[in-house]
This record gives sequence, C-alpha cells and structure tokens, in this order.
Amino acid sequence: MDAILFLIFAAFAVACAVNLVLQKHPISSALSLVGVMGSLAVLYLLLGGEFIAMAQLIVYAGAIMVLFIFVIMLLNAGSETRAKRHLWASYAGIPMIAAMIAIAAYIVQHALPPTEEVRFGAFQHGNAYDIGEKLFKVYVLPFEVTSILVLVAILGAIVLARKEVS
Amino acid sequence: MNFLILSLIKAAVVAFVLMTTLAYLQWIERKVIAHIQLRVGPRRVGPHGLLQPLADVIKLLTKEDLLPSHVNKVFYFLAPFIAVFFALIAISVIPFGTEINVGPIHTAMQLTDLNIGVLFILGLSGMGVYGVALAGWASNNKYALLGGLRSSAQMISYELPMAMAIAAPLLMLNTLSFRHLVDAQGGYYFGFIPRWTIFQGPFPQIISFLLFGIAVFAETNRVPFDLPEAENELVAGFHTEYSSMKFASFFMAEYANMVTVSCVATLLFLGGWQPLWPAAYGSNFVPTAVFLFGAVLCFYHGFNPARSFDRITLPVAGVVFLGVAGIFLVPIVATILLPLFWFAAKVGFILFVYIWVRGTLPRFRYDQLMRFAWTFMFPVAIANLFITGLAVALS
Amino acid sequence: MPALPQGAPLSWYLILSGILFALGVAGFLFRRNIITVFMSIELMLNAVNLSFIAFSYKLGQNDGHIFSFFVMVVAAAEAAVGLAIILTVFKNRQTLEIDEVSSLKN
Repeated sequence: MDAILFLIFAAFAVACAVNLVLQKHPISSALSLVGVMGSLAVLYLLLGGEFIAMAQLIVYAGAIMVLFIFVIMLLNAGSETRAKRHLWASYAGIPMIAAMIAIAAYIVQHALPPTEEVRFGAFQHGNAYDIGEKLFKVYVLPFEVTSILVLVAILGAIVLARKEVS
Repeated sequence: MNFLILSLIKAAVVAFVLMTTLAYLQWIERKVIAHIQLRVGPRRVGPHGLLQPLADVIKLLTKEDLLPSHVNKVFYFLAPFIAVFFALIAISVIPFGTEINVGPIHTAMQLTDLNIGVLFILGLSGMGVYGVALAGWASNNKYALLGGLRSSAQMISYELPMAMAIAAPLLMLNTLSFRHLVDAQGGYYFGFIPRWTIFQGPFPQIISFLLFGIAVFAETNRVPFDLPEAENELVAGFHTEYSSMKFASFFMAEYANMVTVSCVATLLFLGGWQPLWPAAYGSNFVPTAVFLFGAVLCFYHGFNPARSFDRITLPVAGVVFLGVAGIFLVPIVATILLPLFWFAAKVGFILFVYIWVRGTLPRFRYDQLMRFAWTFMFPVAIANLFITGLAVALS
Repeated sequence: MPALPQGAPLSWYLILSGILFALGVAGFLFRRNIITVFMSIELMLNAVNLSFIAFSYKLGQNDGHIFSFFVMVVAAAEAAVGLAIILTVFKNRQTLEIDEVSSLKN
C-alpha cells in the first residue's frame, strides 16, 4: 500500500516537474510547481515528517507559490518565445538523460539495499513536539539567525518594490 | 468493522449532512437578513420558503453552462474545482462529538484525528487562495482579474493575524489535534464556569477569539470584507464569467469555508462539545427544554396563524419538535446526541453572528481593509501572542 | 514481474530526489523567462528537502527535518527578494527574457 502511494505521487511529481520545464507560459509552470509541492508533501507524510509536510503546504505551496503567481499575474508578460534548437540536442538529449539517470539509480540502489523499506508510521519523531524541542533547544542559534535573515529580506523587498518618491 | 468500510460510511454521512447544511444555511441567511431589513424573505416555494434551496439548485443545474470564447479553458475549469475541493476537504478533521458506541462499533464522531489537525486547516485555507486567483486570471477580463487579485491579497493578508490568533490558545492547550484540544477544555472552575479557552487561565483568550472572528470574515470573503465579490463594485468580481454549476461551486465553497471556520472557532475557543454548565446541574436537559419551548411556540402560533396554511404546518412542526425533545430523553441515544447538540448550537451561534453582521454592517473599502489588517490586527495579534506566552511561562 | 514491495525502498526516494533535481537544473539552464528560472531553483530546493527527509528517516533522527525547515525559510526569503528584483528589472526593461537584460555584456 505504501509502495502504491509512493508510485502514484512520485509519478505525479515527475509529471508536474516535466510540465514545469516544458510549458511556455509561466502561470502553467507555476501551477505545475504547486502540484510538485503537493505531491512532495504527501511523500513527506509517508516518510514520517508530518510537521514538515504541513509546513510545506502552508509555507511553500500556500505562501511562496502564491507570491509567484501574484507576480506573474501582475507583470502579465505573456508566453516565452521558442528558442532555436540544435538538432543533435533534440535527438541525443533525452536518451542521454535517461542513461545518466539509469546509471545514477543503479549506484544508489547498490549503496542502499532495497530491503530497507519505508513504512508509514515507522518514524515517530516527526511530530510538532519533537521538532519543536530540537528547534528550540539544539538549533536555537540558527533559528534566531534565520529570523534576522527574514527581517532583512522583508526590508529588502519593501525597498525594492516601492514606488519611486520623486 | 473493517476500517475502510466504516470510514466510507462516516464520509457519506458527513458529506450528506454537510450538503444539506450548506443548502439550508443559505435559506437561513436569506430569512434572517430579510427580517433584519424588516421584510419577509422567501415564502412562496414551500411553507415559509423551505423548498427555496431545492428551487435554487434546480435553477443552477438547468441554467445554460456557458464557455466564453476568450477564457483560458484549463484554468476556467480548474478554478471552481480547486475552490470546492479545498473547502470541502477541511471537514475531514473536524470532530463533531465524543467517541460513541453504535452497537458493536466503537468509533469517534470525526473522519480522522490528525495530530497536526490545526496545521492542516491552516494549510488548506492557504491553498484556497488558488481557486480565487485562478478564477480571476482565467476569465481574461480586467474586472475579474482585479477582483481575483484583490481577493487573494486580502485572504493572504488576513491569514497572518488568523494564524497568530490560533497560536495563542495553542500555547495554553499544548496540542495540535482537535480532539485533544476539546478534551483539554473539559472540566469546570468553581464547579460551574466551563473551562473553555475564552475563560481559561492564565490568560483568557477573548482577544484571540475576537481577532480570529474578524480574520475569518476576511478569509471567507464575507461582509464587511466582501469588496472583491460585491455586485455593485466590480461587476461580480472574480466570478463574473462563470455561470450555473461553476458559479454554484464558488458559492458552495464560500459557505463550506464559513462552516469550517465556525467549527474551528468552536473547537479552539468555545470548548467544542463541552456543555455550558455541569451535567450535575441539569445541562443534559437543555436540548429537551429548547425543543419543548419551540414546540410550545409552534402550537401557540398554530392556533392564531398569520397565514391560513400555517394552521397545518405550524402544529406539524410543533409535533416534530416534541418528538425531537423526546429523543433527547432516551438515555442510549442521548449520549450520542448531547455532545452533537452542544457543538451544533455553538456553530449555529457563530453562523448566526456571520449572518447578523452581513445584515448590519457596510463594507470596507479595499485600502481601508488592507490597512486594518496590517496596521491594526497584525500588531494586536503579535501583542496578544506575546502576552499569552508570558502568562503561560510565568504560571 | 517481481512482486511490488510492501513499502517503497528508501533508494527510490533518493532516485526521485535526483530526478527532480536534474529537472530543476534543466529548467534553470534552458528556460529564458526569469520567473521560470526562479521556479526551477525552487524545484531544486524541494528535491534537496526530499533528500534530507529521506536520510532523516534512515538515521532515525529528526535533524533532517530541522534542516529542511531552514531550507524552506531561506527559500521564502530568497523568493521575496528575488521577485522584488524581477519586478524592478521589469519596470526598467519591460521584458522578462534573461537574454535581453545584457547591456553590461562585453
């Protein structure tokens, strides 16, 4: 059952990622990316990371991608023009990519034996309590530093995006 | 029983009840707003307009389903689907009552109890923005696009005070699962004050409740924050180009969002299905008393009706209310129905406040709305969270 | 056809992470709209997050979840500033193609 769920959502993630690269209009690419993030959230749930799955939905799919979609809708720049394609890139590109992925997959399979299966429910430390404990006890310094980083980012975005005061 | 079959049965029951509630919520809204405005509301289709939702459904289903030529077809079909999908899926984590035993089956009155249920609801309300934004974009129409962008900006601006207003009681209750939240609000102070979050020490969460209440008005695009879909402002906002079933989907999504956030407010702040005073002082007889009072009113007006057909319908309604009051006295059924009654009463109260506000307040202008979110609600939410954290840490 | 395992092996998660990362790199290199390039960067970050969580499962600790959380925060900050820069570039050049923002090129 876990394997079937993995296969369905992994196939959906790869399909959406391919769609992102192939689509001409940025809005279709943005929605494909939302699809990738949604299916990745399900995969995180399978791996026991329930807090991270919900953080992915709330932060990534619900806030960052909405920001992307806003900017695309505001700028309204239209579809991308087609680039000139080299002939050998079209014919040799995809088989080369497939070969490279096959080699990488073989190496990964060899390093991690396939008897190690991911069972839903085997990882119990992904809940909010354990993550919060680690975040506020062991990793409190990076937490505070990222809060300053986000403050700097907010200030930068406000300065860059405001209207010119003549 | 098999877990899968039981879940399917529960899902079917919840879906049926939810759809009926959505339809009759619209009837209640039209009647209440009508009486606030000193008129009567729908009264022709069925007694007191009770069949009006059925007429509306038939009308919306049989209306011509247009596909304008200038729209982006994929997004035009996708947008109402996304809106309805994320609105309806949020009901799956809302608990309606305690764990019950129906014959040999022991189950909880909830579809699933995620131990991160509150985060799930927050995530889904964030994803609901896509339905509105895509509807505005797909329509290829500057009014719809403006309406869609304004509505999305409003929804994400008010998500922040909403999330912080949710975080404050969570500091006190220490759990993210809805069932544990309600269980942590059981018990009574001094024997009669319920330990709901708005009354609970070390810091009663009244400010959080008010902040959450205001923020969800903006999240669900209801008055006074409904500028993006107001009919006299932007034609019809983001759903200008939609007709029949797709238009109905947006309205179903809006009402489903209203029901969901009312349920969340009840579970977080008003104690879920915990009764108002202890069972030792007779709170188990409140539903019986309420329905008996309703029956008495029906019979009283049945003998002196304003309209001639009420000579039949009002006594029938009175008999139905007497029957329901009697059901609450049967001990086996009462253990299932009592928590459900309290939960439904609280959710109904919040929905009534929603409708009451719609009939009473004028709407905000868009810049007033955004300024209200960022300069008033956001600092108040931060201050509230800070004070709650301080109170919890010092106790 | 061998029988499907009960749970997916961990190596499959890492292979998926690699495929998504490779697709992100492909999008980054071959697309010319600056916003799509930016979205390919976000796809790469997501692939890395999946890898972190997969290894966190294998090691039985939740440090990988914390790293993933920080990656998300940094991605949010980067998206905010990057999109503000894109807005400014669009205001000045009226184009979103990266090949046309080349006035400083030799």
